[in-house]
Amino acid sequence: MKSIAIVGASLAGLRSAQALRQHGFDGRLTVIGAERHLPYDRPPLSKDFLLGKVDEADLALAEPEDYTELAAHWRLGVLAERLDAAGGRIALSDGTEVRADGVLIATGGTPRTLPGTKSVAGIHTLRTVEDAIALRAALAEKPEHVVVVGAGFLGAEVAASARSLGLSVTVVEALNVPLAPVIGRELGAIAGALHADHGVGLICGHGVAGLLTSTEPGQRRVRTVCLGNGRELPADLVIVAIGMRPNSDWLAGSRIPVNNGVLTDAGWLTEIPTVAAVGDVARHERGPSGVRHEHWTSASEEPVIATANLLAGRHTAHCSCRGYFWSDQYGVRIQFAGSIAPSDDVRIIDGDPADRTFLAEYHRNGVTTGVLAMNMTKGFNRARRTLALEEDACPNCSSGESGGKRRPADEPTSSIPSIRA
Amino acid sequence: MILVCPISDLPPGAAIRVDGEPPIAVFNADGDLYAVDDTCTHQDASLADGWLEGCLIECPLHASCFDLRTGKATGPPAKRPIRTYPVAVVDGMIQIDDTAELGAA
Repeated sequence: MKSIAIVGASLAGLRSAQALRQHGFDGRLTVIGAERHLPYDRPPLSKDFLLGKVDEADLALAEPEDYTELAAHWRLGVLAERLDAAGGRIALSDGTEVRADGVLIATGGTPRTLPGTKSVAGIHTLRTVEDAIALRAALAEKPEHVVVVGAGFLGAEVAASARSLGLSVTVVEALNVPLAPVIGRELGAIAGALHADHGVGLICGHGVAGLLTSTEPGQRRVRTVCLGNGRELPADLVIVAIGMRPNSDWLAGSRIPVNNGVLTDAGWLTEIPTVAAVGDVARHERGPSGVRHEHWTSASEEPVIATANLLAGRHTAHCSCRGYFWSDQYGVRIQFAGSIAPSDDVRIIDGDPADRTFLAEYHRNGVTTGVLAMNMTKGFNRARRTLALEEDACPNCSSGESGGKRRPADEPTSSIPSIRA
Repeated sequence: MILVCPISDLPPGAAIRVDGEPPIAVFNADGDLYAVDDTCTHQDASLADGWLEGCLIECPLHASCFDLRTGKATGPPAKRPIRTYPVAVVDGMIQIDDTAELGAA
């Protein structure tokens, strides 16, 4: 392969470029990004960036010297519009075309919105740094009533950030228990209780039926969120955090199979082996319907395997890593690893959920399927490694890589006050 | 100079966090002691809670790696080094010199 184009210039795109060079690819490397920015870190957008504790420069995922080393051509602020996979041609929104022997799709996703809200002021979604800047400005206007639609991790983090600014916040969730499909009902209920702990209202089991708006000169502005049960919530600012849609429309007509994500084998190659897909947009083969992880860690790890396979032209490596994600909200750090079914048994291994400090394991048929911790980082990492040991050897799992040589820094890890001599 | 704890309290493989401004982590990596800034330079996480392998510490939150000898970030997402501190055992007590110039990176 003499030339490779990466479509998508966020975390998965950057890691793909870095991994290609680490694998020894010295050909022409082009990275196409819809946003005009070099790759930046999105997780702080709902937390420290929203609170003004970090700025845009802090979000940079790489330093200038890293870019010099990568020697890639960056085509930023343009959209990929069509892929001719057999011919290795990508048509861009500026009318130009990129030709490449190999293509890596890392186009991420777009936030889902409420229907009919496009032209309504006061309604926000959060994905890009521009979204975060707009939301930060809206929060700074001290809205009287903030409504967050969706009590997933993003919604919960935004609610926590808004609350820490002293605002009145209500979270609306269509599920009966927040996060139940992701972390199960029992622990989902505990995660949901964090809202009440911090004076944020949580309304579960009712979707948004509509909005009432006021008409100001030149614009419609949201005033009320109407729920499915008829309840009306006053709202000056609404943040919609109801998931994302993979950015794969541009692949129509490319012969790359797409079904809620770009379909790949377990090594992130598509049906056409010169095309791979990673990150939020990729649905890789696992179980009956495949898995699409929308996690930071997945976007960081998958490119290592995907690029090795892309360069080899066939599936030579795959990763069996279980999903890992974290969320910081209300000063509580939640960490999860595994692949669980919501019906798995939950056992509290350490701590107490009532204190919001605990470690829990998920079990099914005598097998540990996942671990979740609140404010128990060290115990979590130990449990996560044990979980990984049950998996196939995998270059992304340190247990597989080093034959179990690695270990957490052992006890005592206590924290002690500093005593001066 | 900060007094940490008796060396007998920090066996090989162990780590301890010394609260302060900034907090400092002390590791016993197979008999060699290292003292570094406890907070990952990427995002707020305690390296004393991390994963120790040889002279490398992996952040427990996003798996950034640092070389305890130099403080250099050896694996993403961290880009900036952590500060290193001279550490010694005097009369069986671990001591950190937190007045030294910024550790090399």
